[in-house]
Amino acid sequence: MRAVHHLTLPRALHPGAWWLWALGLAVAASRTRNPVLLVLILAVAGFVVAARRSDAPWANSYLAFLKLGLVVIGVRIVLQALLSTRSQGNTLLFTLPQIPLPDWASGVKLGGEVSAEAVVTALYDGGQLAVMLCCIGAANALASPRRLLKSLPGALYEMGVACVVALTFAPQLVTDARRIRGARRLRGRTRGSFRTTAMPVLEGALDRSVELAAAMDSRGYGRTAHVPRRQRRITGASVLLGLLGIMLGVYSLLTDAMAFPVAAGALAFGVLLATGAMAVGRQRVTRTRYRPDPWALPEWLVIGSGAVAAATLIVAAARGVEGLVLPGPLVVPPVPLLPVLGILIGLAPAVAAPPLIRRRELVPA
Amino acid sequence: MIEFNRVTVTYDGAAEPALRDVSFTVPEGELALVVGRTGSGKSTLLRAINGLVPHFTGGTLAGRVLVNGRDTKDYRPRDLADVVGIVGQDPMAGFVTDTVEDELAYSMESLGVPPDVMRRRVEETLDLLGLADVRDRPLTALSGGQRQRTAIGAALTSHPAVLVLDEPTSALDPQAAEEVLAALQRLVHDLGVTVVMAEHRLERVIQYADRVIEISGAVSTGLPADLMVTAPVAPPVVELGRLAGWSPLPLSVRDARRAAGVLRERLGDHRPAPRVAVIGEELARCNDLVVSYGSVPALRGVSVALRAGEVVALMGRNGAGKSTLLNALVGLVQPRSGSVVAAGIDPRRTKPKQLIKAVGLVPQEPADLLYAPTVAEECAGADSDFHVTPGRCRALLERLAPDIDDEMHPRDLSEGQRLCLALAVVLCGAPPLLLLDEPTRGLDYGAKRRLVEILRELAADGHAVVLSTHDVEMVAEVATRVLVLADGELVSDGDTATVIAGSPAFAPQVAKILAPLPFLTVGEVATALERAS
Repeated sequence: MRAVHHLTLPRALHPGAWWLWALGLAVAASRTRNPVLLVLILAVAGFVVAARRSDAPWANSYLAFLKLGLVVIGVRIVLQALLSTRSQGNTLLFTLPQIPLPDWASGVKLGGEVSAEAVVTALYDGGQLAVMLCCIGAANALASPRRLLKSLPGALYEMGVACVVALTFAPQLVTDARRIRGARRLRGRTRGSFRTTAMPVLEGALDRSVELAAAMDSRGYGRTAHVPRRQRRITGASVLLGLLGIMLGVYSLLTDAMAFPVAAGALAFGVLLATGAMAVGRQRVTRTRYRPDPWALPEWLVIGSGAVAAATLIVAAARGVEGLVLPGPLVVPPVPLLPVLGILIGLAPAVAAPPLIRRRELVPA
Repeated sequence: MIEFNRVTVTYDGAAEPALRDVSFTVPEGELALVVGRTGSGKSTLLRAINGLVPHFTGGTLAGRVLVNGRDTKDYRPRDLADVVGIVGQDPMAGFVTDTVEDELAYSMESLGVPPDVMRRRVEETLDLLGLADVRDRPLTALSGGQRQRTAIGAALTSHPAVLVLDEPTSALDPQAAEEVLAALQRLVHDLGVTVVMAEHRLERVIQYADRVIEISGAVSTGLPADLMVTAPVAPPVVELGRLAGWSPLPLSVRDARRAAGVLRERLGDHRPAPRVAVIGEELARCNDLVVSYGSVPALRGVSVALRAGEVVALMGRNGAGKSTLLNALVGLVQPRSGSVVAAGIDPRRTKPKQLIKAVGLVPQEPADLLYAPTVAEECAGADSDFHVTPGRCRALLERLAPDIDDEMHPRDLSEGQRLCLALAVVLCGAPPLLLLDEPTRGLDYGAKRRLVEILRELAADGHAVVLSTHDVEMVAEVATRVLVLADGELVSDGDTATVIAGSPAFAPQVAKILAPLPFLTVGEVATALERAS
């Protein structure tokens, strides 16, 4: 067996595999509002993150996304409580002071009676979104988006670098703003204006990007083989068109916005066009890649487990298996056996993904 | 290898050319040192070598720059990437990827080097620069010296014939600077790389240079020993050599030590006059100060008292907690426990308007203090912020860095000039407690000398000055007391002579040359010699 196929030989898993696996869990979450299943998905993602994350700075993002998810749920519940009508149920929870609205807004109600059904529905709806967010967070924690962009096809490389740079600059802006707000105290100024806060931050960011651009230029970024302009434009246009097709296809598959054959057709057409264009576009690129991440058995197992989780819930939802959708908000959520098993298969990466390379200094001599 | 032929660079909209009629050649395998005042065009010259000037920066370049036979007129920087490697002032700003190994491979990937060659060269470079232990670390988790070596390595892996470095040691502590210089030395000696480097800290690098390119109006080149005989600014080892009349002039501490026997005898029993600080009342005090960022402790129980009339130097490795201590004294960070009192107030609980009358800080990033679109407006703003007579800030700036154009945007100034502007802004408030975070980064000897004068005056007027710095020569000149921080703890606290003279890392050149005699500066030696004769 080749070294890359070992499940226990430490190495970093291909970032694409992590993202596909997480996407699989997110798709599974999109098919159900049963809180038991949602919490189970959350736990599966959390367990794998805990088992296989590195100690790099981005590895904490699962927690960050978890907090973001709680905020989403909170916002959803507060809004629902403020705007709820009796349409969802009659179990009165409490009564808020109602704000009288003018006649033209007669359909809308602010405050007033809040029903338990409304709050619980909001909790489940928000929970679904929060769990999907956490799946993205898990992917972030296991493989930084930068590493993912590194394995983009050659034709998309330049676009990928632009994204990477943008990704680094966002957190940098936050630290800059904090530092500059502190520095304002040193000039004896209490209140900030656009000029004393935003301007230095933006100027700093601009300076840094110019500096980075200079560094990249001097290190050979953008050296390309000569390709006629016409061909370059055609490839560019077909890549975009192909991506559009993929996006449409995926969106309508997830939301049932279009009939299944149309959506699948759009997806297939998009994939075909994009891959073709990228293959042509590759001629232009003279780059090589340092230690590309291998794609071997562990990667297949990881995306396989994600796919099984997603497929189980898609099929269950399509077949109308009971327990994915609750009959009413205030019933005890059932535990459907088949979906639970499907989701539990998503745990596989905790064993199937190779462990991380331990820091050299920690390894006994 | 590098040939400048009557090169004149004029940036768009600038009245004066940044470089005027520059001609010189650097032969293969030499280490050339570019020296000159802050803002004299050193960075422009360096960036002209790989065509960033004018391809990237705009402006016009008259004359010809040839690198390895290629004219930069016809080659863009990216097309010269296989010949010239360039490392900027701030290595962090030039990093494209996020781990050491990927960063080392980046240029090679762009150049299309085959994967097996790439793998081999990365391994070689890791060993050459001593980075093997940190190969899979994120770049943000590296120390200053490791970052600088990674940046050098990243420029080296594509095997360029020329390596260009802009102030590679200015932000580093003495130990890290040693590491970087040792690595460069190896490149020049073992691999025959041609190195062109700009550096203000001549005391660190002059001994390694084969050739000096001096920019001061006109550009002159020469051997370091020849140029140093007449140079208006020179490192302490050279000044001591001139004072003692040594010939040939020694450029390294080792050469000077071998010549110093006679001087030591001449000095005989004479000792430097003790530095007497007129120490007044207590101005600030920290008691058992603990500060942490998240779970990372930055200060663990630091207690220190600062008195009027003192100039205190705060030293220690990058990341030892120097900036945190200064920030705590102005209330920019919240202590986890312990107390801070600065000029009678608690800086965390004071309104900014009252605070600046008590404490002033020049932060590590001087641009943070500057908001106005022109130098003149910035100075006027500072006068009104600090309620002082209009024109005071401008006068201070004129003293620190003469001839800065009033209409310039502060961000277009050179790093050294910008620092002078921030210094002028804070100094014009003349707060009783003045804190300076690395005030010598990018400053030339002239500006440093003027800063020393101003600090001495302030101390004599009863201000307390605290400066965090890696510049041991500056400490030897101005400090009356030295605090050394390590890992967030105070490890030494005493008068300058006792703390720095004995330490291998912090001893100034004069102390190393004349040990065991307790002299720290050339000025002290000169006074003692006068008394001896």
